Amino acid sequence: MSSRLVNWFHFSSPATFYPLAGRLVPIFAVIAVILIAVGLYLSFFVAPTDYKQGEGYRIIFVHVPAAWMSMFIYLVMAFWAALGLIFNTRLSMMMAQALAPTGALFTFLALWTGAFWGKPMWGAWWVWDARLTSELILFFLYMGYIALQGAIDDTRRADRAGAILLLVGVVNIPIIYFSVKWWNTLHQGASVSLRGDVSMATTMLVTMLIMALGFWAYSIAVALKRVRCIILERERDAGWVGKLPEIRA
Amino acid sequence: MFEAMTVLIRRDLLLALRRRSDVLTTLFFFVIVVSLFPLGIGPELDTLRLIAPGVFWVAALLASMLALEKLFAGDFEDGTLEQMLLAPEPVFVLVLGKVLAHWLITGLPLVLLSPLLGLQYDLPGETLRVMVLSLLLGTPALSLIGAIGAALTLGLRGGGVLISLLVLPLYIPVLIFGAGAVEANASGLGAAGHLYMLGAILLLALVAAPLATAAALRISAE
Repeated sequence: MSSRLVNWFHFSSPATFYPLAGRLVPIFAVIAVILIAVGLYLSFFVAPTDYKQGEGYRIIFVHVPAAWMSMFIYLVMAFWAALGLIFNTRLSMMMAQALAPTGALFTFLALWTGAFWGKPMWGAWWVWDARLTSELILFFLYMGYIALQGAIDDTRRADRAGAILLLVGVVNIPIIYFSVKWWNTLHQGASVSLRGDVSMATTMLVTMLIMALGFWAYSIAVALKRVRCIILERERDAGWVGKLPEIRA
Repeated sequence: MFEAMTVLIRRDLLLALRRRSDVLTTLFFFVIVVSLFPLGIGPELDTLRLIAPGVFWVAALLASMLALEKLFAGDFEDGTLEQMLLAPEPVFVLVLGKVLAHWLITGLPLVLLSPLLGLQYDLPGETLRVMVLSLLLGTPALSLIGAIGAALTLGLRGGGVLISLLVLPLYIPVLIFGAGAVEANASGLGAAGHLYMLGAILLLALVAAPLATAAALRISAE
């Protein structure tokens, strides 16, 4: 075992992270394309027809991973925000900012596909059920964060104000979730739970996991691409940016 | 330490007393919004009794949100806020004082007036009592949570609209349990559970919200 200390902060500088992100973007983009292509093929041609819900159920292969991602990305953003407030690292804040549009996109996608699923299954595009409502509220939280970031011109203040909003949001999410849950519930129980009793065919589960991994890779690729743009925008006066071949060209 | 808080509360109350129109605006906003619903929905008392809890709580939510903009704005403009942040007293306590004064000015009058408006909706006496109790527990929580949004948007262009976007999603639990309490009482289920939850939210907000507000104020006043 080497006794050398790992420098955890090596990539926390925009100057070192920018080229790393540049190398990682194509890798994750390729993974995302392959996984999503395979996942879509499996979900449309291989997964068996559901005995109760017919063909319409296939939308859950997009819907469930999108809903997972929408919640997970908010947590990741809050993680970066906390890190940024604790260590005062600019890059953490940039990561939080870069993830926000992707999170909002997945939230919207989950709501949209949920409506398409709800119409044939429940007979209504929208019902005021606990999980739908809390997903909608999550969408509002994303919008609030993006709006706050957009309204503040000073980037340092925008970063830190956004970080506080994210942390307040994270504390509130469980409260909102349970209050909405007790308020009304009609949604079917979770199909995949952490307790291990999965109530669906293995093919369906595998397809859903492949789609989820594909969405993960997509989120990482897009967030890294976006963070590169944010870095360039914010560090445009820094010396190392001027030396980049793509800037000089 | 709490001396500073009482001084701050007294000062804010005095300021409000000198500028009464600010206090009355929020109150009348609440009265008008509540009175608009029967005009829009129709005067059938059965319907009105049904929607009363939701109407009162949403109106209280909006009124509390409208008043938020002024919470720190005056002190921010004339530099008092900066002095408060520099003061030896913990900002937590000062924020608590500001929010408490703000609630006394904008929240309490609304709570006290609500039974009168409740009579317009033909609510029975017992339900009115629960409504006042739920508003009494809920509106301070609204002021506390809203203070975070007010501190974050201090001095921004379009701050007022932005506050609503930031704060309204966070208000939802209070709305659910507040309106739920009144509704549960009206339908004979007993409001105790909802009121306990409101109390819990108030306590949590009392402990956590001033912390976030203080941090946000430091960022905004930098």
